[in-house]
Amino acid sequence: MSTAIEIPYNSTERPDTGLYNAKLGVWLFLASEVMLFGALFSTYVLLRTGADTWEHGAEFLNVPLATINTMVLIFSSVTMVMSWASLKMKNFGKYKLYMGLTFLCGVAFLVIKSFEYAAKFEHHLLPSTSTFMALYFTMTGLHGLHVIGGMIVNGYLWGPGSKMWQTDPERFTNRVEVAGLYWHFVDLVWIFLFPTLYLLPGK
Amino acid sequence: MTEAHHHEEHHGELPFWRKYIFSTDHKVIGIQYGLTSLVFLFFGFSLMMLMRWQLAYPGKPLPIGFLVKWLGDSRMPGGIMAPEFYNQLGAMHGTIMVFLGVVPLAVGAFGNYIVPLQVGAQDMAFPKLNMSSYWVYFIGGVVMLCSFFVSGGSAQSGWTSYPPLSDVTPQSHSLFTGQSMWLTGMVFLITSSLLGSVNTITTIIQLRAKGLTWMRLPFFVWAQLVTGFLLLLAFPPLEAAGVMQLMDRMAGTSFFLPSGLVVGGKALNVSGGGSALLWQHLFWFLAHPEVYVLILPAMGIVAEVIANNTRKPLWGYKSLVYSVIFLGFMSFIVWAHHMFLTGMGTAINAFFQTTTMIISIPSIIILTALILSLWGGSIRFNVPMLFALAFLPMFGIGGLTGLPLGLASADIHLHDTYYVIGHFHYVVAPGTLFALFAGIYYWFPKASGKQMNETLGKWHFWGSLIFMNGIFLPMLIQGLAGVSRRLYDGGVSYLHAEHVLYLNKVMSHSAWALAVVQLIFIVNFFWSLFAGRKVTSDNPWEATTLEWATPTPPPHGNFLKIPEVYCGPYEYSAPGEDKDFHPQNEPYKKPGDQNNQEKR
Amino acid sequence: MSDTHHEDVHRHVKTYIRVFVALAVGTIITVLASNFHLGIILGIIVALIIATVKGSLVAAFFMHLSAERKPIYWVLVLTATFVVAMVGLIMFARRDQQGRQQGIFAVPAKHVPVHHAETPEGAHKE
Repeated sequence: MSTAIEIPYNSTERPDTGLYNAKLGVWLFLASEVMLFGALFSTYVLLRTGADTWEHGAEFLNVPLATINTMVLIFSSVTMVMSWASLKMKNFGKYKLYMGLTFLCGVAFLVIKSFEYAAKFEHHLLPSTSTFMALYFTMTGLHGLHVIGGMIVNGYLWGPGSKMWQTDPERFTNRVEVAGLYWHFVDLVWIFLFPTLYLLPGK
Repeated sequence: MTEAHHHEEHHGELPFWRKYIFSTDHKVIGIQYGLTSLVFLFFGFSLMMLMRWQLAYPGKPLPIGFLVKWLGDSRMPGGIMAPEFYNQLGAMHGTIMVFLGVVPLAVGAFGNYIVPLQVGAQDMAFPKLNMSSYWVYFIGGVVMLCSFFVSGGSAQSGWTSYPPLSDVTPQSHSLFTGQSMWLTGMVFLITSSLLGSVNTITTIIQLRAKGLTWMRLPFFVWAQLVTGFLLLLAFPPLEAAGVMQLMDRMAGTSFFLPSGLVVGGKALNVSGGGSALLWQHLFWFLAHPEVYVLILPAMGIVAEVIANNTRKPLWGYKSLVYSVIFLGFMSFIVWAHHMFLTGMGTAINAFFQTTTMIISIPSIIILTALILSLWGGSIRFNVPMLFALAFLPMFGIGGLTGLPLGLASADIHLHDTYYVIGHFHYVVAPGTLFALFAGIYYWFPKASGKQMNETLGKWHFWGSLIFMNGIFLPMLIQGLAGVSRRLYDGGVSYLHAEHVLYLNKVMSHSAWALAVVQLIFIVNFFWSLFAGRKVTSDNPWEATTLEWATPTPPPHGNFLKIPEVYCGPYEYSAPGEDKDFHPQNEPYKKPGDQNNQEKR
Repeated sequence: MSDTHHEDVHRHVKTYIRVFVALAVGTIITVLASNFHLGIILGIIVALIIATVKGSLVAAFFMHLSAERKPIYWVLVLTATFVVAMVGLIMFARRDQQGRQQGIFAVPAKHVPVHHAETPEGAHKE
C-alpha cells in the first residue's frame, strides 16, 4: 500500500465513541442490508395479502433439507465467533481451525441449496411458475449470493489475509470480528427466511 | 495519535497508474468523481438539447446533418426524431443527470474531497473502499451508456421505470436490452453509493480532529452526514425492486405484473398476481430521499460560501443542524406524495400530505437562516458568492412550487404536467447545480493552486441564471395550463395547450443558449488549470475551516501537522481580534478569548 | 474490547455453546410447530415469535449487541423505524384504496342523483 499516512482507530477504539472504524462501518452496512431484505420481506407480505390463494411451502419445498441447512448456518455462526474468540486468546491455530470449519459450513450450505434448486427445476418449479416461487428463488438466491460473498471474505481471512496476524494482530482480530458480524447477519436473515418460505401455512 | 508523516517522496514513488488511476487518496478520487460526473452532466444535457428540437419544432428534420447521419435511420428517420427515441432520450436524461451527474458530483466529488479535510483527517476511513466505490460507479456509468447501442435502444419507460411498461419493453429475456441494462447499471450505482456512504459516515463520526466537537462541525459536513444516512438506508429497497424487475424481465416472474395483462393484443404468458404499485412504493421510497441527497450537499456548500463572503458567522447554526437532521428523518415518510393519483384512499393520502407539509418546515428554516446570514454582512460579490446568492431565490421558487404538488387535491391538476418538471428543475438546476458551481469556483484554488478567471465566471453566472429561468419558468406556466409531461409532440395535438405552445420555442432556444454559456465555464476551467493565475496564499478566501489549513494543493496525508480545533467553524469578525477571521485550528492567545467567541 | 482477559473470553465461549443449543432447539420447535394446524394467523405469529427469539439470540450474543455502544444502537433503532414505516405504510396504502375506505375516515355514502343524457326534448333530471 502507498500509505505513509495512518488512519487512526483501525486497531484501537476511539475513546468517545468506543468503536474502531471497521466496526461502525460494518454495522452501517448491515443496516443497509436490513433495508434490502426488509424490502423483500415487505414484498412477500404485500403480494401474499393481495392474493386470493397462497402456497403452503412445506408441501413442495424440501423442509428436511432446509432444516439441515438452518442447523448448518447456526453451527457456522458458532464456529465463526469461536474463530474470533481464539484470536482474542492469541491462539492462531484454533483460529485457523474454526475459520476453516466456518468456510466448510458455507460450502455445505451451498451444496445442499444446489440440490434443492436442482430438484425444483426437475419438477418444473421455476421462478415464473407463481409469485410464491418467484419470491422463493429471489429471496433464497439473494441470500445465497450473500453467503458466497461471506465465504470469499472468510476464505481470504483464512488464507492470504491471515498474514496480517504477524504484523498487526489487533487489526487482524478486528477484521475477523467484522467478518463475523456480516456472517451472523447472513445467518440471521436465514432464520427469518426459513420459516417464512418453508413453514408458514398457505391460504 | 501518530503525527502525519510527510512522505511526499515515498508517495511520489508510486507508478502513474497507482497515483492517478487506482489511487486510494480521497482527493484524487474526489477529482475522478468530479471530472466523470461533469462529463455525464454535459452528456445528459446534450440528450435534452436534442429533445428540445423535437419539442420546439415537432416533426421537422434536425438541421445538423452529421448528427442525423450518426444517429441513423432507426432513431431519426429522415432527420425527424422517432417517438421511441424521444422516450429513450427522456428516460436516460433523467437517469444520467440524477444518478451519474449530480449525486456523484455533490457527494462523490465534493464529499470525498472536502469532508476529510474539513474534519481534519488524513483521508477517508476506508481508502481502498473509496477507490472501489468510484470504479463501481464508473462501471455503472459505462453500462448505462452502452445501453444506447443494444437492439431496441436504451431504457425508455421514464427514469422511474414503472411496470408493467418497463417489464415488457421490449419483451425479451436477454440481459442486453436497454431496460435490463438500466437495471444492471442501477445495481452498480446503488452499490457504489452504499459503500461511499458507509465511508462518509464513518469518517465523520470517527476521524474528527481533536477539539472538533459536533457543534463545531462546518454545516457542509453535517449536510454530508445526513446525506450519507439517506443513501445508506433509502437505496436498498430500490436495489431489491431492481432485482425483482430484472427477474420479471429475464426469468418471467410476475412481481410487478398483475393477472390478466394484455400487451399488444396478446395475453401475457406469466403467472400474474403481482402489483405494479409495489414498484412505485419501493422506487419512491428511495427516490424521495434521493431528492434530498440532491439538495443537502448544495445547501452545505452555499452555507460555507455565504459565511466566508459575508465575513460573519452563519445565522442560526443550531437551527440549521437540527433542521437538517429532522429533514433527513422526515424524508423517509413522505414518498407517496408521488403516488397521489394511483387510487390510494383519502386516509393514506392525508397521511402523506401531512408529512409532506411538515417536511417543508425544516427546508424553510434552512433557507431562512441562510438568507438572514446576509444581514449586516460585509458581502464580497465574487463568483462563488454570486452563485450562492442566486441559489437562495431559485431554491425558494423550487421549494414553493413544490407545495401545491404536496397537497393531494391540487396535485390532481398538476401531477404529470410540466409544472412538476418546472418545480424539480428549479430545485436542481438553478438550485443544486448553482451551488455546485459555487463550490467549484470556491475550492478550485485549493485543489489546483490556480485562480479561475473572475470575468469569465461572471459571464457564466449571468448567462446561466438568465437562460435557466428561460427554460424552467415557462414550464410552470405550461403545467398550470395542463400540458402533460413526456409528450412527444410537446402538446401540439392538444387544444388546451394551444395558447402556451409558443413557450416551447422559448424554452428550447434558452436551453441551447444555456449550453453555449457552459462552454465559457469549460474553457475557464481547463484554461485556469494550466495557465491560470497562481494563488499567493494557502487561504486565498481568508476562510476559517480546516481545508484551508493545508498546503496548496494538499499533499497525500493533507496536513503537515495534525490539526487541533479550538473554536466553531465560522469565527468571522470576532471582536478583539486582529484579523476578521479566526481559523479553527488556530489557538487563542488569551485563555478567556475562546469563551467570548463561542457565546455568540 | 482490546484488553479482554482470557477468563472473560472463556466465559463468553460457554455462552456461545448455550446459545447454539438454544438456537438448535428453537429450530426444532419451529419445524414441529408448523406441523400442527394452527391456522394462518396463529401459525404466522408462532413462527415469527420463534424467529424473533432466535434472531435476538444471534444478535445479542454472537454479534455482541448486548454489550455494544450507543452509536450502533441508534443506527439500528433508526433502521428498524424505517423498516416498520416502509412495510406499515405500504400495507396501509394497500388497505386504504379509493372506494374501500374504512375506520375513522369512512365517508358515508351519499345518494348521487343519476343524470340521464340530454334528449332533444330537453334534459330530464331525477
